[in-house]
Amino acid sequence: MEIVLSLAIGILTASGLWLLFRPRTFQVILGLSLLSYAVNLFIVAAGRLRTDAPPIVGKDTPADPALYADPLPQALVLTAIVISFATTALLLVVLLASRGLTGTDHVDGEEDDS
Amino acid sequence: MTGWIQHLIVAPIVLPLIVVAIMLAFDERRRELKRVLGLSTTVALIAISALLLWLVAGHPEAGIEPGPHVYLLGDWPAPFGIVLVVDRLSAMMLLLTNLLGFTSLFYALARWDRSGPRFHALFLLLLMGVNGAFLTGDIFNLFVFFEVLLAASYGLILHGSGAMRTSASLHYIAINIATSLLFLIGVAMIYSVTGTLNMADLAGRIAAVAREDLVLLESGAAILGVAFLVKAGIWPLSFWLPRTYAAAAPPVAALFAIMSKVGIYIILRLSSLLFGDGSGGAAGFADQWLVYAGLATIVFGTIGILSARSLTQVAGHYVLVSSGTLLAAIGIGGQALTAALLFYLVSSTLAVSALYLIIEPVERNADEEDMIAGIAEPVFDDEYTGALEEDESEIGVVIPGTIAILGGGFIFCALLLAGLPPLSGFIAKFAIVDALFQAPVIAPTSWMLIAVVVCSGLATLIAMTRAGIDLLWTPADDAPARLSLIEVAPIGFLLAVCLALMVGAGPMMAYMEGTAAALRDPAGYIDAVGQAPRFGEVAP
Repeated sequence: MEIVLSLAIGILTASGLWLLFRPRTFQVILGLSLLSYAVNLFIVAAGRLRTDAPPIVGKDTPADPALYADPLPQALVLTAIVISFATTALLLVVLLASRGLTGTDHVDGEEDDS
Repeated sequence: MTGWIQHLIVAPIVLPLIVVAIMLAFDERRRELKRVLGLSTTVALIAISALLLWLVAGHPEAGIEPGPHVYLLGDWPAPFGIVLVVDRLSAMMLLLTNLLGFTSLFYALARWDRSGPRFHALFLLLLMGVNGAFLTGDIFNLFVFFEVLLAASYGLILHGSGAMRTSASLHYIAINIATSLLFLIGVAMIYSVTGTLNMADLAGRIAAVAREDLVLLESGAAILGVAFLVKAGIWPLSFWLPRTYAAAAPPVAALFAIMSKVGIYIILRLSSLLFGDGSGGAAGFADQWLVYAGLATIVFGTIGILSARSLTQVAGHYVLVSSGTLLAAIGIGGQALTAALLFYLVSSTLAVSALYLIIEPVERNADEEDMIAGIAEPVFDDEYTGALEEDESEIGVVIPGTIAILGGGFIFCALLLAGLPPLSGFIAKFAIVDALFQAPVIAPTSWMLIAVVVCSGLATLIAMTRAGIDLLWTPADDAPARLSLIEVAPIGFLLAVCLALMVGAGPMMAYMEGTAAALRDPAGYIDAVGQAPRFGEVAP
């Protein structure tokens, strides 16, 4: 599982970074989205990978940390997902406004003629 | 400390949030109401931060011990819950933030709050985010407050709209989202090594981190640090800053002067807690990097100031010089230098904020046409377009002798920024140089810092003199532009605070020295968080 997860994070980060440095605003937004997926997976990995372990202590089960997955990274990921979703939505609006005002989807608001 | 005083710590966050929630219920036609609400909130915030400052300074006669005060959110004991901590440093930053909030909002009443919807709500949300970032004692909570202040700043950058603002804010938003991702990676790495996010708890655990995990921890801290350094505008991550600040509306830019200082504050706080003398293998982490990067930032900012063709560019690059000076001084470290850099932080932030406010009236004098065209062109045809044309008359008393007032204020700003006697800018720079000379052995980097600080002052003076002659002394064909009292009052207020800083430099420096001592020995902070009593319990 570790190798799959690290490959996923690596590929997402690499594609995200490549797109982030592209000259079109839509590519930049896609790049940022991919990067945020990579970061979300990374946060999950920071809490150690466990399968078949609940993050919440049940009523009848003993409160032994070894039986449970770390709940904190999961809470962090939830927060991070919400925030990156909201900021990406805002960036999309600004993208459209910029496209409307400048007439181009280049990140600098003007076409590079050279 | 009991009862309502305890809850005062959370007030700088909760109060603006509640007021914003109320404001959202009214549309732009109720502008007067929003103005009254916004302005009275900022005044209340100043009062609260002043009270918190009084509290942490300690008053034995009133039964209040000096030292940090901790607020357990949801009454969860630290380190399991999120804590808010107010200590000398955060109380000082809070007061500074809310002072700038008040003056910028007051200035915006002249007309800027009318050039787009929801100005007051966004403005208060930004204040809430900055206040929260200064108060929180938890790294992930810090991320949340960073996002609050960034989201509000995205809205404020766009305020007034126009092609230049939209294009600048596109870059600004993209850079900040990328930075936030770095922030998250750093937080996740630190958590994976130490298993905690509470800053005080981290400080306790960092000395016990195993040798082989230290690399991981330091990489995490470095990635986290890069996120703050981008905010602070360190070279070579600073190219966005002057452009963005120049594109923002003047009252917004004046408030943004504090935002680069949020990054500085966090670096100061974390390097004191995590990488102080007592943190074993990680002690003194990245100090050398900070020094060199800080020096490079000052050089870049100085060149930028000299080559700037407009005053907003001068101000933007001055923000870089100020950040660079602070970062280099943090890197060199030492108690006396920390006290001096805190004084410099307060003085330079106030001065830059005043400069951003005064630029617009000064340049309006030079060419009135451009400014008017620049502000009120709504892009979105929403329900607020009508509100813009409702009331276009100037508010307040029109003062004669515009040029005299503007010129006086401008010279005042120039002296403050360049660091010439007798104003507080000079005292701050003198304190920094003096602290550098106090070291038993003066390192080459200290000499370099002294040299670039002096050179940057000279460059600022040259640029300001050139701009001042050009804008204020060149005879104009038309009569001087009108200047309303609403615009003059906040500038005057900021400059008066700088004067007070100069007159009260003794007590101020004493406070800064106490703050620096607390930063050097963070045991007080760590113990205060670790032993914070829950509701109804008595402190051990």
